[in-house]
Amino acid sequence: MTTLTLESLRHDKRAAIAATAVLGLVLAVLPFAVGNALGNSWLRIVDFALLYIMLALGLNIVVGFAGLLDMGYIAFYAVGAYLYALLASPHFGLHVPIWVIIPCGAVLAGFAGALLGAPTLRLRGDYLAIVTLGFGEIVRIFMNNLNAPVNITNGPQGISGIDPIHLGGITLAKPLTFLGFTIPSLHAYYFLFLALALLIIFVTIRLEDSRIGRAWVAIREDEIAAKACGINTRNIKLLAFTMGASFGGVAGGLFAGFQGFVSPESFNLMESVMVLCMVVLGGMGHIPGVILGGLMLTVLPEFFRHSAGPVQQAIFGKILLDPEALRMLLFGLALVLVMLYRPAGLWPSTTRRREFKGESTTDVLKEGE
Amino acid sequence: MSTVSPTLLEARAIAKHFGGVKALTDVSLSIRRGEIYGLIGPNGAGKTTFFNVLTGLYHPDGGELHFDGEKLQASAPHKAAQRGIARTFQNIRLFGNMTAIENVMVGRHVRTRAGVFGAILHDPFTKREEAAIHRRAEELLHYVGIDHRANDLAKHLSYGDQRRLEIARALATEPKLLALDEPAAGMNGTETEELRVLIEGIRADGITVLLIEHDVKLVMGLCDRVAVLDYGVKICEDIPAVVQKDPKVIEAYLGGSVA
Amino acid sequence: MDIFIQQIINGLVLGSIYALVALGYTMVYGIMGLINFAHGEVVMIGAMVALSVVKALAASGLPVFAVILIALAAAALVCMAIGFSVERIAYRPLRRAHKLAPLITAIGISIILQHTAMLVWGRNYHAFPPILPASAHEIFGATITSLQVAIVLIAGLMMAGLMVLINHTRFGRAMRATSENPQIAQLMGVDINKIISATFVIGSALAAVAGLMVSANYSIAHYYMGFMLGLKAFTAAVLGGIGNIAGAVLGGILLGLIEALGAGYIGDLTGGFLGSHYQDIFAFFVLIGVLIFRPSGLIGERVSERA
Repeated sequence: MTTLTLESLRHDKRAAIAATAVLGLVLAVLPFAVGNALGNSWLRIVDFALLYIMLALGLNIVVGFAGLLDMGYIAFYAVGAYLYALLASPHFGLHVPIWVIIPCGAVLAGFAGALLGAPTLRLRGDYLAIVTLGFGEIVRIFMNNLNAPVNITNGPQGISGIDPIHLGGITLAKPLTFLGFTIPSLHAYYFLFLALALLIIFVTIRLEDSRIGRAWVAIREDEIAAKACGINTRNIKLLAFTMGASFGGVAGGLFAGFQGFVSPESFNLMESVMVLCMVVLGGMGHIPGVILGGLMLTVLPEFFRHSAGPVQQAIFGKILLDPEALRMLLFGLALVLVMLYRPAGLWPSTTRRREFKGESTTDVLKEGE
Repeated sequence: MSTVSPTLLEARAIAKHFGGVKALTDVSLSIRRGEIYGLIGPNGAGKTTFFNVLTGLYHPDGGELHFDGEKLQASAPHKAAQRGIARTFQNIRLFGNMTAIENVMVGRHVRTRAGVFGAILHDPFTKREEAAIHRRAEELLHYVGIDHRANDLAKHLSYGDQRRLEIARALATEPKLLALDEPAAGMNGTETEELRVLIEGIRADGITVLLIEHDVKLVMGLCDRVAVLDYGVKICEDIPAVVQKDPKVIEAYLGGSVA
Repeated sequence: MDIFIQQIINGLVLGSIYALVALGYTMVYGIMGLINFAHGEVVMIGAMVALSVVKALAASGLPVFAVILIALAAAALVCMAIGFSVERIAYRPLRRAHKLAPLITAIGISIILQHTAMLVWGRNYHAFPPILPASAHEIFGATITSLQVAIVLIAGLMMAGLMVLINHTRFGRAMRATSENPQIAQLMGVDINKIISATFVIGSALAAVAGLMVSANYSIAHYYMGFMLGLKAFTAAVLGGIGNIAGAVLGGILLGLIEALGAGYIGDLTGGFLGSHYQDIFAFFVLIGVLIFRPSGLIGERVSERA
């Protein structure tokens, strides 16, 4: 047997189908395995990992494909989350259904993305980074302060009592009974998030291998040459911002429904940095790498959080170092080390040898959906 | 205009200065349809500056350009490409981390329409268009003779192949005017000869060529007409045989070495 | 009118501090085109070290002046060591990598510095011991403390010194050459590694001074204070024209004034709709405005995109 690599999967249809089946089975069983073996707190973390993967894939369009450094990306997540919170909570007494809110969140966040992009896209790389960072902070400061004189966001206290996600008459807040199976709430959220994450992965793959995706990468590689090829770089960059932001908006809405509570603290700069790190550490512009990055940076810090205290307890008999500080310290160290030793990320796209004669990459991956 | 004018590009008194340095002073020239037009001059004569004004990268400080019967909008590179001006760069500018064929496919951007929804939904129109883009890119790689490198990253190609790839990418935009900025730079005799054949073939396909070149032999052998720039001023414009004998040109540039 | 004068004074003091920090950003950017994201954290470390030293010596009976000087020396030493090592460890190996790599390491370093500080000094706010004379002077109906006068004067002196260093010494010439074109400078015999190290060290020393000033002026220091301060100082550097030394000074003072006046008057301007807790927002609006309308900054040179 040859080793199973993505490359070989592209060539061997049967292997691809088999791998897909295995992956599908693993993904289907995962919440039950995690829930039973590690407990519900870890299942929550897995659910969050799916949200972060959506975010990372959205940011990857902006940073990875188009090469635009956006450091305020979490603002779009906030837009989606606050939209959900305002439209489906006792705060205004509104209870708009999710299938209205989530698309609206995507559109509104996309609009915010275009709004931010329009005046700033002429800026060079690092300047763009700082302006987007400033934009993210502005959004957060407004969320923090728009509780007076008219109470819109409820300020630093945030909005609580947000409706759980419900579809038709089914709410995900309670265990679902389905063909005799009972699916607990966290598991149901898992499947919903998984479905949307897969949808976003599908959309991203399709975009990457399209006229628009090529234009994004062309701009990243050489903007002047891209212009000379007739690409309207301003519009295409705006499109990247809009698409990326709309993914953030979707994830934000899901977050609000899942968490039941939003406050400005969930959308601080550190969160933007986190998502950026997922993209860069995973392997910018490489979809599997970005997914890996999202997964790792959600799970590892939680792992440190859970183990930093007990391990010290076991070794020293008491907690010497603040576990939270220790966790972040290790995180910072990991960022530096990965960049020093693997500047292209942990799983960068290798020389892509695509078989253009015969099936294109998309066709093979389509079967993997 | 009802009849097609024989002039494809007309530059009227183009001026460009950087700070106090006059890079171009009232440069006027006209390029006829179907010809190979050479632009030569010593280093720093303003050839590349002219190119950059023509292709919209620089905003001219004076004068205007008329292309294919209409005024050309200044400083809008993507519109220049849209109108039918394609270019290559003196120091090759490829999309290094894209494969050769993807580079050429990017060149098709300006002549195709599929948007985000088409890309996601793969509707029949998008599928057809994507297939056509791909087919055309393959043809062009074959045309410039690097189809065997189609799936290699552009940055891994040899220097000569990169030059060819850049030409293929420019041709993908379906130009009326192909502007080549020193395409033979760094090439050996054989490669230069192959390039000459390629450029003649491009002209034979009905594309007008503007050529900046240092290789005087190549220019004189290939071009129908040649203009000479010196210190940002056009000092001569004529057929190669006349240009070669022009005393001003000999003094400024050829230094009597080609007589 | 006294509010106006008072806010001008507050703005000048704040602006002098921003300017000192902005110099660190602008020097590094000028010389290697890199935003040293960790610079704000260096200021924080400077503040924490200085505060700890002052706390330790407060009861020692040494004259106040000596205590401050020792605190400053300690803070400067620690910061310079950090600046030097950060460049060596996190930036130098990545000089040829893609642009995002040093940015990510810079973020990593910020996180490390911040949480090291959290481990060492805890999560609590630390009050600056009240050893400084609380004398206040009246000018035009506003008050200015001796400390504030000292801050503005010392900041001014340091900036003047830096100007002399850069414009009138051999080292300064090498530095300017490196920022103009590192390759050529190297060919001309400039050891650019040394110059870059020195730039980081000088910037960090200024950061230490700024750190002491902040903690003394606001009587408080905290492991998280570096982030916002750094961001604003960076804004100041961009406002003046990043890479430009005089621009950083001008940008710092201007930003300080804008913030102080903005915070003082935002309530009146918006009919009470927005209050002074929006103070932090001004820096970002200024930043975005400058970058959109005058990306090269107020006195930065215009860099055109070359083909």
